[in-house]
Amino acid sequence: MVVPSLKLQDLIEEIRGAKTQAQEREVIQKECAHIRASFRDGDPLHRHRQLAKLLYVHMLGYPAHFGQMECLKLITSPRFTDKRVGYLGAMLLLDERQDAHLLITNSIKNDLSQGIQAVQGLALCTLSTVGSAEMCRDLATEVEKLLLQPGPYVRKKAVLTAVHIIRKVPELSNIFLPPCAQLLHERHHGVLLGTITLITELCERSPAALKHFRKVVPQLVQILWTLVTTGYSTEHSISGVSDPFLQVQILRLLRILGRNHEESSETMNDLLAQVATNTDTSRNAGNAVLFETVLTIMDIRSVAGLRVLAVNILGRFLLNSDKNIRYVALTSLLRVVQSDHSAVQRHRPTVVECLREPDASLSRRALELSLALVNSSNVRAMTQELQSFLESCPPDLRADCASGILLAAESNHWYKWQPGALENMGTSCWRGAVRKPSPFSRIRQVVSVYGSCLDVELQQRAVEYNALFQKYDHMRAAILEKMPLVERGGTQDEEAKESKEAQHSEAALVPTEPQASKLLDLLDLLDGTSGAAQPPPPLEPSSEGTSVHLLDLPCVSSAPASIPNLKVFEREGLQLNLSFVRPPGTPALLLIMVTAINTSEADVTHFVCQAAVPKSFQLQLQAPSGDTVPAQGGLPVTQLLRILNPKKAPLRLKLRLTYNHFGQSVQEIFEVNNLPVETWQ
Amino acid sequence: GRAQPRPRPAAAMQFMLLFSRQGKLRLQKWYVPLSDKEKKKITRELVQTVLARKPKMCSFLEWRDLKIVYKRYASLYFCCAIEDQDNELITLEIIHRYVELLDKYFGSVCELDIIFNFEKAYFILDEFLLGGEVQETSKKNVLKAIEQADLLQEEAETPRSVLEEIGLT
Repeated sequence: MVVPSLKLQDLIEEIRGAKTQAQEREVIQKECAHIRASFRDGDPLHRHRQLAKLLYVHMLGYPAHFGQMECLKLITSPRFTDKRVGYLGAMLLLDERQDAHLLITNSIKNDLSQGIQAVQGLALCTLSTVGSAEMCRDLATEVEKLLLQPGPYVRKKAVLTAVHIIRKVPELSNIFLPPCAQLLHERHHGVLLGTITLITELCERSPAALKHFRKVVPQLVQILWTLVTTGYSTEHSISGVSDPFLQVQILRLLRILGRNHEESSETMNDLLAQVATNTDTSRNAGNAVLFETVLTIMDIRSVAGLRVLAVNILGRFLLNSDKNIRYVALTSLLRVVQSDHSAVQRHRPTVVECLREPDASLSRRALELSLALVNSSNVRAMTQELQSFLESCPPDLRADCASGILLAAESNHWYKWQPGALENMGTSCWRGAVRKPSPFSRIRQVVSVYGSCLDVELQQRAVEYNALFQKYDHMRAAILEKMPLVERGGTQDEEAKESKEAQHSEAALVPTEPQASKLLDLLDLLDGTSGAAQPPPPLEPSSEGTSVHLLDLPCVSSAPASIPNLKVFEREGLQLNLSFVRPPGTPALLLIMVTAINTSEADVTHFVCQAAVPKSFQLQLQAPSGDTVPAQGGLPVTQLLRILNPKKAPLRLKLRLTYNHFGQSVQEIFEVNNLPVETWQ
Repeated sequence: GRAQPRPRPAAAMQFMLLFSRQGKLRLQKWYVPLSDKEKKKITRELVQTVLARKPKMCSFLEWRDLKIVYKRYASLYFCCAIEDQDNELITLEIIHRYVELLDKYFGSVCELDIIFNFEKAYFILDEFLLGGEVQETSKKNVLKAIEQADLLQEEAETPRSVLEEIGLT
């Protein structure tokens, strides 16, 4: 009797209804037989449905390699439904280890050059997901053509496909480098983001490309500045932060370009200060941007004040109720504790508090950082803290903690030991070491150091422990070595057997609990932190009184009151706005961002803005982002003015504009009125 | 400054897995080439590791030479593997954005939607990420693209014979 083949959703129902593993397997094997038969001689119109079912069972762990050729057939079909499922199947079932994958190259080539965007999208997606080096070589020029096509939907995918191609075939970088200059003028966020990613990839692979792209640092600074100050696209904002994905990507590229390069680093200084002080920190999106900013500041040649600012941001992160934020703060502080030791020292009390974290990955990092912060003036207090931590810390940290204390004490010449204390620590070290060989373990090193110590008592203990460790060492290898894995073959039958065995090891199917609970229900919309937010334990005043330092650093106080923007000029749709920033730490400095936006029907061209200030001031104009202000509210032209006002005199500012608009050349000279007093007081 | 990092051959995001609290896989998107066997092994081990985490622990863990970022939404775990240089906090935003897209598309999404419409879940992901990188930061644009593709699919599936019958071809 021929049982009709099931629809996908019915198959899923039946599989979920199975009460045991064996039942599930039966249902699936029966269905797979149908699917195979259908592939052989079934209606091609329904092939996509059969493949969809196969993809479902594949996800459950069952073999599906017999569907590979069907993917190929579906991809070559003219029907969109077929292509959609066919390409999905290709991405799930084909991989570059099999020759079959090469067969889709031609289909992809055809689909890239025909006109339907959605189809081009499928082809690009597949190429960038599973495209092997050979496929990338074959299709690179097709992708290159698509980079400068008008539609942003295809362009954004083509740019990221170029990224994948370069990763697979780095030599192809030279065909994807030239289009970048034009692509950087993109207004579409997706294309721009892809371009930044592409440039980043090019720079990471080639010093010549890195050198080449340093030229665009001012342009990148301008793009990010506009994003951050005018924030004119709410469509891309998250919690009031303008397109954090784009911001983070730009900051990352700036990091690569500014690294080891004085001039580039200088160009980004003000921007980084601006982002670091004005990004909203109430939600994760803002903190993600802030975090990337900190990483960039610390990695480029930034001025000292900016580095301190960055470390203080990390210090503030340590106080955040969101443990994810505390985690990234600890890992980042660990990276900079050597290079910026004194800046990190200021946050020592907060770091020590993090020893009490219930999450071991946080307390472990807090321990490492605490040990790195021990110096001769705080060694006694720190050792006390660490010893009390030792008493309650998780077992796998004990070894590191104890050895760390010993090492810290030794390197700070602190010999006021009670023999009992050393013994306790030594024993914990040993016990801890037995359970888990630690990558940081300096136990042997430390103990052998004490072996040559002048104090006889210490010497004796050290020798004893050294002996213990030596004895234990050869046992440790035998106890802790992993059982070797049995190698399996890759044939069809063995794969089937393997998947059977994988199913065997699972427990009998549990009755499925109601999975109708909404994914976003448990999200506290007011506070997007993961799990219940725990307030950090209250700060105890340290004996050294260093907690006071956290409060007198400028950035730790609430964000500096932002100065209101000022519209200073309007004529026939061309508007000029000024936004002001007084970066903390440099009271004489005022940054003015001049933004020209054009809502009229005609472009404004040859736009030049000049400025004049009274004699006691110093004025520096940076290069504008362009000289054309596009019509209908296109991307504004921006220009940065830096004004130094050491005498704190009242600010006066005169502007001279020259441009062409509606076929006329225009000159306007005027003094800016109503400058807020915060710009100079 | 530090020495330049070696160029990374893989994508920023290496893979994304969705799985239930019982460890059932609901979606697997791999951005690096691995055999089926290797994928199964990684999946099995990682799922075990993540399911063993207590609720109060942070969303990040180090696993092999990768950073893992995960977050649970109701009965579903969203789990991404990123590279050492990548920003964990923005990865959380990536995960959240994907959940929002699913939610908008399915209307108050729950795990069952993703089980019964797994191909749609892939299609949506493929409009948001490409090759392991973010391709579109506007929610609106992603949803519009899916809508248009769904329409194309509907048109493709309208049986020719019906159209002929009512005299439309």
